[in-house]
Amino acid sequence: MNRNTKINALLVLAVLALAVLPLALGLGDHKEEPFTGADGQAEAVITELEPDYEPWFSPLYEPPSGEIESGLFSLQAALGAGVLAYYFGVHRGRRQGEARARAAARPSGDTAGTEESG
Amino acid sequence: MHIAEGYLPPLHAVAWGAASAPFVVHGVRALSREVKAHPESTLLLGASGAFTFVLSALKIPSVTGSCSHPTGTGLGAILFRPPVMAVLGTITLLFQALLLAHGGLTTLGANVFSMAVVGPWAGYAVFRLLRSWDAPLMVSVFFAAFVADLSTYCVTSVQLALAFPDPGTGVAGSLAKFTGIFAVTQLPLAVSEGLLTVLVMRLLVKSSKGDLTRLGVLVSGGRAARKEAAAR
Repeated sequence: MNRNTKINALLVLAVLALAVLPLALGLGDHKEEPFTGADGQAEAVITELEPDYEPWFSPLYEPPSGEIESGLFSLQAALGAGVLAYYFGVHRGRRQGEARARAAARPSGDTAGTEESG
Repeated sequence: MHIAEGYLPPLHAVAWGAASAPFVVHGVRALSREVKAHPESTLLLGASGAFTFVLSALKIPSVTGSCSHPTGTGLGAILFRPPVMAVLGTITLLFQALLLAHGGLTTLGANVFSMAVVGPWAGYAVFRLLRSWDAPLMVSVFFAAFVADLSTYCVTSVQLALAFPDPGTGVAGSLAKFTGIFAVTQLPLAVSEGLLTVLVMRLLVKSSKGDLTRLGVLVSGGRAARKEAAAR
């Protein structure tokens, strides 16, 4: 593994550690429902501050279950990851193509060079 | 975590919508100008939008014992400047409001203002400032993404505090409550977002140096760069 790959791997590990540590250390244990969304908690605070407040509009479409909601969230992540992977794939292919074209063009130039020096 | 559908009083919803609209309109113009002038940018634009898509779909546990998600807007703001991010962020928010019941249409204006306007501008400002002090590229990228992420949720807290002042302690009191929920939860996530943005920028430096140079990302703009330019 070269230095570049090592640094990238460390970055990924650090992100994973930041996500896993709160779970491993049980930082949600003091809550009735640990690790719920911050937006839901904000709704609870709103109700506490203004008990009469009623949301005056509801979502046009609501995923019928938690499973479908998490499925749609994964779809969002998958779409994004797909486009990102496509981007880096195209560029890697381009670089390899260029390198190959250079390699194909080189032999004649190289032999000319060695002939001169030899 | 965006403000949920119907959770801003109508007056606030309209006001934030009006505040965001010019930024989005300006962003659409900037985006089409960029695509017209540099069609080769389209792929990288797509990748910037995709990064926001991935990051804002990942709900990550945090130190407060609750979950939130990063925004991913720092990267695009550094690459294409904040106006373009106003559009890409709005598309992400619309997707989540329409399909996931996450955020909402009535709160879209407020959420666009925090995630697609203030976040990208704050991140971009930090990036330019650090680069003008000759800070290393990756250090500047990290703090730009960190600030873009965190400032988004500080704005969300302010928006909710303005709409729901504490009966006893007023706006300041409820701001403390909402900041406690959003900003503190967001701290480790903002660090994660900074690290992930650095990772993607490292890959970009390797794969598309030409694009980065053209977009002016690699120019530091500080004293060292000016000296270099003068020497040339």
